[in-house]
Amino acid sequence: MLNSKRLVLAHFWLAFVVFGLALLLGEWQMFVRSPLNPWISNSELYYRSVTAHGSAMGYVFPTLIAMGFGYAITEFALKKPLIGRRWAWAGLALVAVGAATAMIPVSLGLASILYTFYPPMIANPFFYIGVVLVVVGSWIWVALMSINMAAWKRDNPGKPVPLAMFANVAGAYLWGWTAVGAAIEVLVLILPVALGLRSTIDAGLSRVFFSWTLHAIVYFWLMPTYIAYYTIFPRAIGGRLYSDEMARIAFILFVVVAMPIGVHHLFADPQVGAGFKFIQSVFTAMVALPTLVTIFTICASAELAGRLRGGRGPFGWVAALPWGNPMMLAVTFSFVMLGFGGAGGLINMSYQLDASIHNTQWITGHFHLIFAGAIVIMYFAIAYDLWPHLTGRALDSVRLMKAQLWLWFVGMIVTTFPWHYVGILGMPRRMASYDYTNPAIAPQALSVSISVFGGLLLVISGYLFFAVLIRGHRAPQTDPGVYRFSVAVHEPVRLPAALNGFALWLVLMIGLTVVNYGFPIAQLLALKGNAVPAVYVGAAR
Amino acid sequence: MSAERLFTFRNPWFAASVGLAGAMVLLSLIAGFVMLPYATTALPFAGLWDAICSAAGVPRATADSQAPKQVAITSNVVMNSQMFGAPDARSVGRGATLAMQCAICHGSNRTGQVDTPNLEGQPAAAVYKELRDLKAGARTNAIMSPFAVKLGERDMLDLAAYYSYLPRQPGSHPDPVVTAPPIVASGAPMRNVAACSSCHGTTDPKLGAPWLDGQSAAYIKAQLQAFATGARRNDISEQMRNIARQMTAAEIDEAARYYATRP
Repeated sequence: MLNSKRLVLAHFWLAFVVFGLALLLGEWQMFVRSPLNPWISNSELYYRSVTAHGSAMGYVFPTLIAMGFGYAITEFALKKPLIGRRWAWAGLALVAVGAATAMIPVSLGLASILYTFYPPMIANPFFYIGVVLVVVGSWIWVALMSINMAAWKRDNPGKPVPLAMFANVAGAYLWGWTAVGAAIEVLVLILPVALGLRSTIDAGLSRVFFSWTLHAIVYFWLMPTYIAYYTIFPRAIGGRLYSDEMARIAFILFVVVAMPIGVHHLFADPQVGAGFKFIQSVFTAMVALPTLVTIFTICASAELAGRLRGGRGPFGWVAALPWGNPMMLAVTFSFVMLGFGGAGGLINMSYQLDASIHNTQWITGHFHLIFAGAIVIMYFAIAYDLWPHLTGRALDSVRLMKAQLWLWFVGMIVTTFPWHYVGILGMPRRMASYDYTNPAIAPQALSVSISVFGGLLLVISGYLFFAVLIRGHRAPQTDPGVYRFSVAVHEPVRLPAALNGFALWLVLMIGLTVVNYGFPIAQLLALKGNAVPAVYVGAAR
Repeated sequence: MSAERLFTFRNPWFAASVGLAGAMVLLSLIAGFVMLPYATTALPFAGLWDAICSAAGVPRATADSQAPKQVAITSNVVMNSQMFGAPDARSVGRGATLAMQCAICHGSNRTGQVDTPNLEGQPAAAVYKELRDLKAGARTNAIMSPFAVKLGERDMLDLAAYYSYLPRQPGSHPDPVVTAPPIVASGAPMRNVAACSSCHGTTDPKLGAPWLDGQSAAYIKAQLQAFATGARRNDISEQMRNIARQMTAAEIDEAARYYATRP
């Protein structure tokens, strides 16, 4: 039962179109700065492309997936029509208009500042206004998710909120709060400078506000993936979810500890005290907990499925798993990438180890492996799982799906492993060109070239994904049946209030933010004389 | 709704989560603000409070925090991009009158001068900054310095407005088909040399940087050599000295020749 099919489809298609375009830009960037291509002699074009790729992939694509998936979950899990469907369309319109508004100055070369803004570089104001519109559109979604859950709870007093909806609202609240940092940065610090009302900017304070958003945004991207692990995967492989309560605790942990840890992005920045870097490093370590809980619970769920299918012995259940099932493949690949990416992340979060890879290509490799790898491969799987229910047509190109998932996995490994490696060799990131004839970096040329081929595999996989979806739209109409989420081994009948709502966790989330960010922000606000002249990008001579 | 009260320490979920979070904060505060500062032997602390302030990032005066003694006059010009908006006609007019003293060396009709910059069409900020530096003595030149000391702030802004108002004149040997040499287009990242074009036009103009297209090769070369030897040092934060020192003689020649052929 899905009343808002068109709404959800519109979100997914807009997201995937943006993804398809930005994917090409990414591969172009890999190619032009590799030894396979003589340098294009214009670094501005390169940074323009990086800005477009990052803004599209970081802000627009995952936000639309989370929104579309969230609306689908609301109707599937709560089994009632979405409240506020008109508002949802308005939110989508804001995201679309915002994306277009931001991309025009980027393509004109007036906003080549990368998606992380990097003050004191200042872009054309329409770039920031566009990003703000995207965020405001997504906040409408945050509000709608909260309202829909509250309405359901009012109608079903004492009943456990379905896990998918609970997790979905966790993601919404996390995003609602974490986006506040960048919103303050843009509205209070950057926009007045971009509009010409001020000519100096406190770059250090801006970066602190951005770090507030920058780390937890990754967990917002991650939420649809984790929701799919818990609520789609066990059902798709014919098993049961090992524990509903553990799933809730994992999502709650994300809400509480994903947020007050962003300063680990500023380990090399002088404006934050070492004490606060340490405390945020400790909390960053805590965020590994929900992922470890998830890996345990999902592996246990897979074991249940394997044994239900007749697997015996300590490893027989692994062989008995449905390896021809695209969801099985996607989750396996996602876990492998999450494992490597997570291990790399442990290095990034350590103050000492980070020093050896800070601002190198290791970082770029790391976030591509986690986001573009572990997370995005599950976006594909979610689309494959939902599409028949959105279109009323079967997706039966199973071999194509499997080829697509394999290619994405292999492509991502081939792209990011050499990327990590050159980072260890010291190759800096955010640079447009490298002189590979220089003996000092000549050994990196091979690795960089291998990465380019990995990127090519990703492009092929991305377009295979479109082929699968388009073939699905052309298939004959069928009845996809009722959409079901996974059933837990012990479905909860009654839950403690703490596991059925967010009041306590939101208080903790905000409280920890104040503890971890309050003093550094207050101190930077109080200090005088730390503003620097703005550097207007693409300013007329 | 259940009747269960959440925000009370009798609720085990509340007590456990608030207790654990509080304990984590407390332990990491002790470790990060007391133990770690004392483990850093490089910084002697006056006391516990001093160590805590240090870890919190409160700026502290250290023994050697006095600024180094000034050995030479350096540029003290402070500019922002809003100082040089659209020039008003009166400023341009006054600048034109003043510029009659300059034209013999700095105009497109300059008489056989190849060792002077052509100022027509230069960004206002570039002209203004050099005049300020010449007046202050941060940049010295036997001919220009006596001119500059007589100029007031208004005169310098007017001259800058006038020259930026004039259209840029073609170079003496325009050859638009010459492609930019690597040092101009990409710099030399391994030597920490940024691309010339990233500040001096073509890719991105930066405030205070002169436009080099069409300047004489002899002038550009002489200035790069002066930066490399330290004879000229009015560049902010030694940007140009660091770059010129890292350039090879061949690269200096290439860059100078390239800009001279630009239209």
